[in-house]
Amino acid sequence: MKVMSFHLMPYADLDLSVKDKYRSVWVVLPNTYYDPQKGHALYNRYLDELELCAELGFDGICVNEHHQNAYGLMPSPVVMASALARRTRDCRIAILGNGFCLREHPLTLAEEHAMLDVITGGRVITGFVRGVGSEYFSFGTNPVYSLERHQEAHDLVVRAWTEPGPFAFEGKHYHFEYVNVWPRPFQKPHPPIWCPSMGSVETIEWAAHPDRKYVYLQNYSPAESVARYLNLYRELAQTRYGYEASSDRIGWCAPVYVGETDAKAVDEARDHIEALFNVFLPKISELMFFPPGYMSPESLKRALAHKRGHKGGVKIEHLIERGIMICGSPDTVRRRIAESHNLMGFQEFICMLQFGTLPGHLTEKNIRLFAAEVMPAVKTLTDRDYRGFELPKVAAE
Amino acid sequence: MAFVTQTIDINGCKLSFRRGGRGAPLIYLHGTDGLAEWPAMLDTLAERFDVIAPDHPGFGASEIPGWIDDVSDVAYLYLDAIERLGLSNLHVVGQSLGGWIALEMAVRSTQRLRSLTLISSAGIHVKGVPKADIFMIDPEEQARLAYADPKAGDAAAERAAADKYQDQAILNRIASARFGWQPRFFNPRLERWLHRVNVPTHLIWGDQDRIIPPAYGEAFRRLIPGSKLTTIPNAGHLPHLERADAVAKAMQTFLQN
Repeated sequence: MKVMSFHLMPYADLDLSVKDKYRSVWVVLPNTYYDPQKGHALYNRYLDELELCAELGFDGICVNEHHQNAYGLMPSPVVMASALARRTRDCRIAILGNGFCLREHPLTLAEEHAMLDVITGGRVITGFVRGVGSEYFSFGTNPVYSLERHQEAHDLVVRAWTEPGPFAFEGKHYHFEYVNVWPRPFQKPHPPIWCPSMGSVETIEWAAHPDRKYVYLQNYSPAESVARYLNLYRELAQTRYGYEASSDRIGWCAPVYVGETDAKAVDEARDHIEALFNVFLPKISELMFFPPGYMSPESLKRALAHKRGHKGGVKIEHLIERGIMICGSPDTVRRRIAESHNLMGFQEFICMLQFGTLPGHLTEKNIRLFAAEVMPAVKTLTDRDYRGFELPKVAAE
Repeated sequence: MAFVTQTIDINGCKLSFRRGGRGAPLIYLHGTDGLAEWPAMLDTLAERFDVIAPDHPGFGASEIPGWIDDVSDVAYLYLDAIERLGLSNLHVVGQSLGGWIALEMAVRSTQRLRSLTLISSAGIHVKGVPKADIFMIDPEEQARLAYADPKAGDAAAERAAADKYQDQAILNRIASARFGWQPRFFNPRLERWLHRVNVPTHLIWGDQDRIIPPAYGEAFRRLIPGSKLTTIPNAGHLPHLERADAVAKAMQTFLQN
């Protein structure tokens, strides 16, 4: 299994009392709450943390994109990936992801990813995402056309990376007379494309299509949803598309905290992971998280029903119990990852070792303990340790 | 007054409308909530007019084909529909989103139109006068904001809370976003063509409209030649529901002249 380290780069110095003053730390929280002096220290600390992961032998380091919020401070993940490109040598740099369809000209990102791929000698992974619902408020992009634009932007970018230019691209949302990207990407045919998602049937159907077979990455969710969505990829591959999905197409991303003992780990992580789920993550309203047309009415109803069940403060015990977070002694964390792997068979594990307000010294301890005590065992997990995939009975009949 | 539901196919769009009454033809173009709450005003109007109340594409029982992207497409669709139904000397009444559609029709062609009545209409932007962002708030909050009378607002909020997870409410919201997300409920190019509205135009605004503030009524009055503005006291964004009698009275005076 490959193990990568993911960072959200939250504004950890946020005055947490804003939770009661504003309806969200997204879009409407005034940016006067951001102190650039503190931000300077945080950005550099976070980059150090990812560089440390690269030194300690992680297979990759990962950044991502969010806008107008305190949850993740990388409106341009390309800037962070660029800062990391020349400070690391062997590990992959994954942008998980960039919202190509949020842009009026997606080729600006295609050019930047190609530049990074050439600079790093082919270490880039490109995450293709639509962005969370609130980005559609920040950008003004119409969420009703999000899926259409996402798919069209993808076709444009892949053609720009693989077909000789110049050529004209004639789409509904994007129409350009001259597509001729310099530089071309280093990797052949192009950087691997991943599809990170909080769980969307539409995304899985698209990622699993035989023309693409992209890595589907389930972001932190309860274990049963992770299993359901990862299995859906395998199921669609088999029943609809007639091929067997390889486990290296399946990824899981989860917050992880390793302490000397189970009790110490829970004690150290508690305030910080609870801040992530109770302050940084909540959106202004469910309708802002799921703006109209962003997903089909059926998916929307499922998502809303799921969200309604989780009102109120989240406790770390609940996150551990539901498998949203992995936390404990090295032995416990190894065991939990191995058990999950046995059930779900992912070959890409993306751990978030800093979350919410977790301070630098605990983050560094977490990274070092994980790298020394957990990662070596996890990297040895292969398909032989996976119980295998069986089609659900209903679908098999 | 009995209304009958009918469907016509316009370029592959199955357009559903209700029709009732007799007299000169009048088309009512609804706002973002669709016709789920039937305006009693339409029953009153049907005593003197042949009232046609369509569900816009994507709303209610009307389908939305792939070729309809924006309000301009909807305006052309209705101009086609009017022609197909053989309507002329048509009174057009539009509320909010429906007012915007009515204006987009009128700047294209008033050949078959007799008059426009625009109730708290969308369609333009007045610099420095923000409209409420209905996509940023819950349907309950939107309902409260739409009424001047807090009691009426609470009752509407209760109905909105009960409906908001229903398919129809979700579809209406998606259709509203399709037409009004960016920029929010206006067409930057509409204003420069409003001089083409050459039929009598009546603007009706609630004096306490917190969704599209009364300053928009004033702006339309300046932009549409010869238009007349009636302000309804103690009414919010839905004066035709909140002060149905006052609106019906103002409309009848205008429509009879």
